[in-house]
Amino acid sequence: MTDATGHHTVSAGEAIAEFVNTSKRFGAVLAADSLNLRIRKGEFLSFLGPSGCGKTTALRMLAGFETPTEGTILIDGRELASEPAYRRPVNMVFQHYALFPHMTVAENVAYGLRQRRPKLPGAEIALRVAKALDTVRLGDFGPRRIWQMSGGQQQRVALARAIVNEPKILLLDEPMAALDAKLRAEMQMELLGLQRSLGITFILVTHDQQEALSMSDRICIMGKGRIMQIGTPRELYDLPANRYVADFVGRANILPARVRATTGARAEVALADGLSVEVTAPFAVPPGAAVEVAIRPEALRLALAPEPGVPAIAATVTHMTFFGEHIEYLLAHPVLGALQVMLPRQAERALPGAGVGAMLHVLWDPGAGLILGQD
Amino acid sequence: MAISQRMARAILLAPAGLWYAVLLVLPLIVVLVYSFGERGAAGGYAPAFTLAQYANLGARWTAFQNTLLLAPAGTLAALLIAYPLAYFLALRVSARWRTTLLVLVIVPFWTSILIRSYAWIFLLGGRGIPQLLSDLGLGDLRLINTPFAVLLGIVYGYLPLMVFPIYVSLEKLDKRLLEAAGDLGAPPWRSFLQITLPLSLPGVATGSMLVFILLMGEYLIPQMLGGGKVFFVGNALVDLFLQSRNWAFGSALAVTLVAIMLVTVTLYMRFLKRIGAARDDVGLM
Repeated sequence: MTDATGHHTVSAGEAIAEFVNTSKRFGAVLAADSLNLRIRKGEFLSFLGPSGCGKTTALRMLAGFETPTEGTILIDGRELASEPAYRRPVNMVFQHYALFPHMTVAENVAYGLRQRRPKLPGAEIALRVAKALDTVRLGDFGPRRIWQMSGGQQQRVALARAIVNEPKILLLDEPMAALDAKLRAEMQMELLGLQRSLGITFILVTHDQQEALSMSDRICIMGKGRIMQIGTPRELYDLPANRYVADFVGRANILPARVRATTGARAEVALADGLSVEVTAPFAVPPGAAVEVAIRPEALRLALAPEPGVPAIAATVTHMTFFGEHIEYLLAHPVLGALQVMLPRQAERALPGAGVGAMLHVLWDPGAGLILGQD
Repeated sequence: MAISQRMARAILLAPAGLWYAVLLVLPLIVVLVYSFGERGAAGGYAPAFTLAQYANLGARWTAFQNTLLLAPAGTLAALLIAYPLAYFLALRVSARWRTTLLVLVIVPFWTSILIRSYAWIFLLGGRGIPQLLSDLGLGDLRLINTPFAVLLGIVYGYLPLMVFPIYVSLEKLDKRLLEAAGDLGAPPWRSFLQITLPLSLPGVATGSMLVFILLMGEYLIPQMLGGGKVFFVGNALVDLFLQSRNWAFGSALAVTLVAIMLVTVTLYMRFLKRIGAARDDVGLM
């Protein structure tokens, strides 16, 4: 299914896996802190966060390499928290592939099928291995040794070795981290195509937000062992729940403010310099409350002169960085501090002579930016 | 003045080359020449060209029999004891204890094998374990000067040489491969047979070779724990060169031992290569 924004959608009803108050403690370190998450059948879900945020622990608990200290995990309706990895209907693509060096490509791919009891007939195994290798476009590479394969090819072998088992869930632990940028982009497209055609639930662990944003149906942002926010890429980008998410996904100017008045989903807030701006309020806030507001660099505009009816912050340009299709301005304001503004290339033409040192007006359109919740 | 590359290579290889030429090749040639000679009238060697010494090898058949039985048996026993130990050290012990336990494996080496063998003589002798057993009413048992005592001694003495190569190959085994095998549905014992064991075979090969070659030439342990009743080719050689002073026959014995060793080791290497080539089938059995 595809929605109006071109996104693949998954019915919210059916859960293929579920974390229920799942915690994992390593000595004094709480690596996963009461996770609650329903993973939908057929979706592409990413765990996104910096290293040490608990995303890998969450994945390893699903795979069965770690046992939760508290809480449980359901896979396909069965309680599996203490079931060993080899009895779970999930397969994993490892970060460094973990291919068996003493076996050929085909033998690596056949490994999972050969573990089935009662045994599968050899002819069926050969057929399914050939099909899996075709799927990852390695049809002729079956007899090769692992060390004869390039990094990108090894990645495909690892993928084939997992999908040949037709798992209920495919787990991907930073599978693209070791590939160069071009190969990574190719592999991302391929992986996405594969997920759509196989209909298997994919769970990806990554620290690369571009990867997560471009591939996922939903992203689960992790930090300090906790789930910070779960949502579609657009929801996370447009409505980050808190400072952590606003900061981690994309870039944001985060400013302290005080609520003056609220009307529906909008709020009028005063910035530190007293300027009143209108922002989105995703939840109810009482007038007078001290809050943080976030605004994306591309949501702000720059002008030589203020426009009537639009709040403007007068600030000095300190840096300009050219990125080709857009330009990033860094401006300084005596009270608000540094502000990032991102302009498309053609908007630059409306600012003749506005180089470093120029005084410009940062325009804040009504409704741009939003109030952040607590972490 | 620049030294040519060939010159540099020759200079670098000279010490080792000289070492092997003088201390290995030359003595071997001497032994080979002696083996075709005769015993001198007053002992030692008298030049001749005869195959008589080789024809007479049967006189020392027992020494060959003992060596060819106990050296492989000792290697096998050492392997069967060392593998689980190395596995435990490499894969089951926390990093905090690993070094300590590894040191404990070497600690016996801090004392001479001579002294340790004396300890075994006492333990296995009449007033050692057999005494204890008979005190407990478990009957009379003679241990010292039996093949069992020699086997025990050689396994005990050479165990670390087996443990370390296996430990190293298990230690560098990528543990994620075992997770991958588990993830793909292999229960622990099958991932051991299909992943751990085949990938640790190089260590097994090195350890076995090391222990087997040394055991084939063993002298001290059969001398002390076999008490002249269970003796190896090494003991026969000492007897021939030093007691009987029949250098020609001793040389024939020595050449035969070297030949047997060369053949067995070559066959073993061939076998390992075959396993290596077909290891995928072993791995997937």
